[in-house]
Amino acid sequence: MAEHTINRQSSALTKFHKRKRFTPLQVIGFLLLCFFSVLLIFPLLWMLSTSLKAPHEVMSLDIKFIPNTIQWNNYLEVFQQYPVLRYIWNTLFITTMCIVGKLLSCTLVAYGFAKYNAPGKNILFMVLLSTMMIPWAVTMVPLFIIFKEIGWYNTLMPLWVPSFFGDAFSIFLLRQFIMGVPKELEEAAKMDGANVLRTLWSVVVPNIKPALTVVAIFSFFYTWNDFLGPLIFLTDPQLATLQLGIQALRTQFNVEWHYMMALSVISIIPCLIVFFIGQKKIVEGITMTGIK
Amino acid sequence: MNQIFRLNNRKKETLTFYLLITPWLIGAAAFMLGPIIASLVLSFFEWDLISPAKFIGLRNFEEMFAIDPLFWQSLKVTVIYVLFRVPLSLIAALFLALMMNQKIPGIGVFRTIYYLPSVISGVAVSMMWIWIFNPNFGLMNGVLHFFGLPEPGWFSDPQWALPTMILISLYSVGSTAIIFLAGLKAIPDVLYEAAELDGASKIQQLFKITIPQLTPSILFNVIMLTITSFQIFTEGLIITGGGPANATLFFNLYLYENAFSYGRLGYASALAWVLFALTFICAFIVFKSSNRWVYYEGGE
Repeated sequence: MAEHTINRQSSALTKFHKRKRFTPLQVIGFLLLCFFSVLLIFPLLWMLSTSLKAPHEVMSLDIKFIPNTIQWNNYLEVFQQYPVLRYIWNTLFITTMCIVGKLLSCTLVAYGFAKYNAPGKNILFMVLLSTMMIPWAVTMVPLFIIFKEIGWYNTLMPLWVPSFFGDAFSIFLLRQFIMGVPKELEEAAKMDGANVLRTLWSVVVPNIKPALTVVAIFSFFYTWNDFLGPLIFLTDPQLATLQLGIQALRTQFNVEWHYMMALSVISIIPCLIVFFIGQKKIVEGITMTGIK
Repeated sequence: MNQIFRLNNRKKETLTFYLLITPWLIGAAAFMLGPIIASLVLSFFEWDLISPAKFIGLRNFEEMFAIDPLFWQSLKVTVIYVLFRVPLSLIAALFLALMMNQKIPGIGVFRTIYYLPSVISGVAVSMMWIWIFNPNFGLMNGVLHFFGLPEPGWFSDPQWALPTMILISLYSVGSTAIIFLAGLKAIPDVLYEAAELDGASKIQQLFKITIPQLTPSILFNVIMLTITSFQIFTEGLIITGGGPANATLFFNLYLYENAFSYGRLGYASALAWVLFALTFICAFIVFKSSNRWVYYEGGE
């Protein structure tokens, strides 16, 4: 291991000495990457810029990124005129419940698939994988009917309760990780008389924390940005999530774009925070799912 | 004695396994398999949730294929979208990944920026596009006007609406690029060093080493992109609502309208199965063709 690192270091060192100057290809590549970065960031900046403009400036034909006077008030007003706190609370509640639910249920199920053998296991695992292929359109109508029948329509329940019953993608991801936890660790715990759940909690979970973080982050993004679920199951404005709230601004007679963009910025900020905190884990997460 | 003990042990393991996966077993039955069967059954019925469901055999499917012009329109729109979005995203992502793979300073920053749009894919981003492509006050036409170029109506022009949808789909190309980048990093340097010795040009290296070595990632990305492109919905509902003149009436949008605007739950279920079959056939063809073009280490 140590030898390996030294080797890598020395080869990195020789490489460093070899390329003190960048090749033309690298320079062009760098410039193009910068150009595309600007292209990707600009729309977001424009959104921010609009959210800080006065209404007459929004509807102006000149392109101006910095407003004449920055209207921080837009943000205050959007909170005053629309139940934004309500939207945020509802979204936060659903998202938290989904993360907790997925972490709990998927860890249990993934542990079962990773470490225990039983007749029917392989078939069940195939079923698990194939459920990832099913488009939501297929299950949407029956789910709508089911939740309506049991009185969950127009409550937040349909949006978070299913998370407590596992999610194929997260189970798959966690299983891959749990398989990598050495059997000796578990056996040692079992020798000490720990039962299945105790072993899972004290031996397996500490070893798969990175994977659990990835699951939490992905389900955050998924739930926070989910539009279809709330759209189908909620009609009461009191229950609306942020995504529905943004949509609701649109159905006014004329769209007040400064408010619309302010609320959009508000809805994006938590995603940006989670992304910047967890980006290393996220990149690892995507690569893992992409390669294996 | 020993045998009984071992048998008990195995039984115990089986029991533990099934106890552990119970949450998923319940969830899959209640929220997946149950609804799948229900949806299949529903597709042979006519039902609006109010009057009793009526069995009509294959009439939903007959109506789709023989009568309903909007079914064909939504199919056409979706297929065009998939046919353009998948290859364009692949090429763009590959291009970005190749550039990012060149030992360029600040690579972490680029990777962050390119992946960023994939995590904010909510309604907010759709609103952003409506605003940017606003024909009168949008940033896009503002820029075009500045350069004296023609200013299209974007989402409000039947000719432009679908191409604009394809264009904005490229915004989240970074997640595809990151998978390519991981694939590129896995290509052994030795191959390039050998090619260099043999005097292969960079272009030759790209087509003879990089792309063949990358084919497993390409396969993965083609399948993922195909599946997600067939599923497009939110952008259609929010940005255009299917218009103008049904130019962006995506399949899922038409399905949603049937279910929740026209109260045709049976017809919507039948549509869902057509979409599923279509997606499955496409993914299957791509997958089947893969042994002709995907190169696996150690194969042959």
